[in-house]
Amino acid sequence: MSFRIMGTGMYVPPKVVTNDDLSQIVETSDEWISKRVGIRERHISETEFTSEMGAKAAKAALEDAGCQVEDIDMILSASVSGETSSPSTACMIQHYLGATCPAMELNAACAAFLYLLETAAAYFALHQEYQKILVVGCERISGILDWSDRSTCVIFADGAGAAVLERGSNYLDSICNVKGGDDVIKIPHDIGCSPFFKREQDTPYIHMQGQETFKYAVNSIAQDITTLLERNHLTIDDIAWIVPHQANLRIIDFSSKRLGIDPKKMFVNIERYGNTSSASVPIALHELKESGQLKRGDKIILVAFGGGLSDMACLLEY
Amino acid sequence: MVKEKIIAMLAEATDTDAAEITMETKFSDLGIDSLDMTEMAMDLEDEFSIEFTPSPELNTVGKLVEAVEKLTAEA
Repeated sequence: MSFRIMGTGMYVPPKVVTNDDLSQIVETSDEWISKRVGIRERHISETEFTSEMGAKAAKAALEDAGCQVEDIDMILSASVSGETSSPSTACMIQHYLGATCPAMELNAACAAFLYLLETAAAYFALHQEYQKILVVGCERISGILDWSDRSTCVIFADGAGAAVLERGSNYLDSICNVKGGDDVIKIPHDIGCSPFFKREQDTPYIHMQGQETFKYAVNSIAQDITTLLERNHLTIDDIAWIVPHQANLRIIDFSSKRLGIDPKKMFVNIERYGNTSSASVPIALHELKESGQLKRGDKIILVAFGGGLSDMACLLEY
Repeated sequence: MVKEKIIAMLAEATDTDAAEITMETKFSDLGIDSLDMTEMAMDLEDEFSIEFTPSPELNTVGKLVEAVEKLTAEA
């Protein structure tokens, strides 16, 4: 047993930061960011913590699904930028929604929303009484950026996306990969002030090797999509949309080129939101649905990659 | 063969006449950035069955050609 997507929702904080705004902070330009990364503006939180944004996206998804909080059997969230390690963002989202169901957070960085779907499918299989699960990807990445590092601070941004899943049979297949290690992407925690700990730690910001990340991302997108199509005896023409993690427009475009597919098959909204990590796929899915271009019964592929290194793709019938 | 392939790739990627690209041409002069280099490296990996990550030291066409020729000879 798996699920079908009942409703989706998103939330981004009201503050819009343009490329010109960023050029006042670091040495960059609107032309360079637009052309080289594909981002024109992004939303950055001024007052809201991660789980507060997650709760707002969750409320929007519940409304879209026509559900009440009491209908939800479990809340699963993902974040690399929660305001606290404990309680988790899932527990705080439960608190803000006034829910009473179990709530749990997982971390698979930018690929995490897909891992939430995989975990939800497992919970539907484990608990036959579960009818609806709320999944939320939420991030205040602006809090873990080195704002003097122009290679990362122009890319990442804040936001949240959510979906209400209902027991069903529309989660058709998935592929998960992890290539563990911290040499390409890492986000160290603050090491605290233990008087006994002797090791030094990198600064608690996103550290990313751009070229290696690009290579991993493109290879994983191409391989994961190819594998899903082959083992389900499908061609790209059977797929209405691919919704990729919105990391960098060039990753998406080069992946299309290597797959030999029309780039228009990939839904892209990075130009207005930047890379919102675990929130990017549900935000993109919500916007795709709201645009009227996604129809019930369409087969879609979601694909994401990120720190871990982790990547995942899944085949769904919307 | 490596040289011709790399020059053809650069000419296409930058919309430049291949005759204008020499072994001394700097990637920065062609407007090639690190992600362009990564894209080209991935295409070269497929073309010549090698594994390779471009480093900042490979800043001219000649240096890239030399590096790829060395890898193909070892492969």
